[in-house]
Amino acid sequence: MNYIMSFLFCGFVCVIAQLIYEYTKLTPGHITCTFVVIGAFLDLFHFYDTLVKIFHAGALLPITSFGHSLMHGAMHMTEEYGVFGLAMGMFDLTAAGISSAILFAFFVAIIFKPRS
Amino acid sequence: MDDKKYDKIADELRPKKQVLKNTIYAFLFGGVIGAIGQFFLDLYQNIFSLSEKDAGPIMIITLVLIAAILTGLGIYDRLGNIAGAGTFIPITGFSNAMTSCALEAKSEGLVTGIGANIFKLGGAVITFGIVASFVLGGLRYVFSFFW
Amino acid sequence: MSFHFSGNSVSLNNVYIESVGTTAGLLEYQGPLGTYFDKYYLDHYHGNSSYEQAEIEMLSDAIFACLNKAKLKKDDIDLYFGGDLNNQLTACYYHACHLNKPFIGLYSACATMGLALANASILLENQNINKAMACTVSHNATAERQFRYPIEYGIQRKNTSTFTATGGCAVCLSSQKNKVRISSVTLGKVVDMNQYDANDMGRAMAPAAFDTYKQHMKDLNIDGTYYDLILTGDLSNYGKSIMEKLLKDDHQKYNQYNDCGCLLYNKDQNVYQGGSGPVCSALVSFGYIYKLMLEGKYKRVLILTTGALLNPVMTNQKLSIPCVCHGYALEVSE
Repeated sequence: MNYIMSFLFCGFVCVIAQLIYEYTKLTPGHITCTFVVIGAFLDLFHFYDTLVKIFHAGALLPITSFGHSLMHGAMHMTEEYGVFGLAMGMFDLTAAGISSAILFAFFVAIIFKPRS
Repeated sequence: MDDKKYDKIADELRPKKQVLKNTIYAFLFGGVIGAIGQFFLDLYQNIFSLSEKDAGPIMIITLVLIAAILTGLGIYDRLGNIAGAGTFIPITGFSNAMTSCALEAKSEGLVTGIGANIFKLGGAVITFGIVASFVLGGLRYVFSFFW
Repeated sequence: MSFHFSGNSVSLNNVYIESVGTTAGLLEYQGPLGTYFDKYYLDHYHGNSSYEQAEIEMLSDAIFACLNKAKLKKDDIDLYFGGDLNNQLTACYYHACHLNKPFIGLYSACATMGLALANASILLENQNINKAMACTVSHNATAERQFRYPIEYGIQRKNTSTFTATGGCAVCLSSQKNKVRISSVTLGKVVDMNQYDANDMGRAMAPAAFDTYKQHMKDLNIDGTYYDLILTGDLSNYGKSIMEKLLKDDHQKYNQYNDCGCLLYNKDQNVYQGGSGPVCSALVSFGYIYKLMLEGKYKRVLILTTGALLNPVMTNQKLSIPCVCHGYALEVSE
């Protein structure tokens, strides 16, 4: 059941993005930035947490979850450190994603060569 | 001949877009990536006896690794051409953006090549995520004083 | 001997094609014209450590093939003219240091060959020089890096995109009589029709092609039927259909019209709307059409090389794309 929910939600978010890509002049860069901001916004009232509870991986995978994680970490730290907590907590949950992206990009670039 | 008249002529002759086909592929590829993510999530929850909250980051790391390797092998760009948003929306798209930039700049060395160019496309997403979180988080923090 | 420009065109009596050298990438070799090229490569590196260095080698091989066929040495050429898509005309200048003669670098995006031939022809006609070479080169990977996205980036290309051709072309011109000559050149005005889409070059360039076409006919006091074949450089399928409509609406008559971007590749090759890049028109014109003219299949051909003079920074600043079209006419000399 989890698989179906995950499939549907991730697919649904991709469909919205695809329609934006088809009908506007926005590039994937623009669209992903917009979705990150939307993800951060949806976590303003912890709505994104509800989405994760229902759709599991489907809500954790799209780039919106990146915005949600940044927001979540930031807001969590404000409880302890006030406004400075925003900066201190931002990378708490996204550390895994960003660090691994840099690490693997680096090693793949060293090992492989671009193809045609 | 003025621009508006030219636009009218050109619009009539524009090749037909295949919106339905592209959208279906985006849905399918996006969904499959979602399902693969779910598979790893369940796997890590069972193997390492973790909660979903803790298994999440490890699942993300796995998918980032898979996307980076597929990019290096020259497969990801072919998938992306078919799938469109199905591959650039999930976190795999972010990994592909970083890896492809690093790979492209490889010929210019480690520092001025890979190091300088790795965030060429991925940097925008991180920047906006942080700025948005800061602004929205700050707003919420301020409002929390009023109720 | 001196001559004047008639409008933006020059009629020439003294400029002949002595020889031609063409090199092509694998996809171009696998296209319908593959067997016409002098050399082809099995991949985008052909032993070099980067795409840029591979591009330099393609130009070097094309110039070498051209000189060999004319039994000339590189010192026999008085002036070299040429350009490519890279910043600072990298491929051309990084090879020019081996040529021992002045290299006049020119940029007109995909219309570079037309501009190079025009400049070379004008100096030859005036008998300022005896022998000149016009050359160009382009590489799909270096063009993508410069203007668009990394090669391995998983972006879905829009269906109006074109595919930058990979290859090199060098043409040796002289005042010595030969079978095919350049009978006229028309230098294009830069035309901007407020087109903003960098993924849709054909649409942006078609007005420039139309403008130069009309200018050429007006300057030489002829119409399209003077030529057996009229070719545009790289408008590709969409741009070609627009050009046909523009010609039709203006009641222009011609015998046959086609586009080099549509001729370079097969329908089943994944090149979206067709080929582009400075070498696209050069490979078709001098690899293929020139050889057909030597066999007597065509007597007069007009080639309108088209270029989109965009800069990615300016496109991001939301400015429109200026385009240009430089034309040259090939005729079998009597």
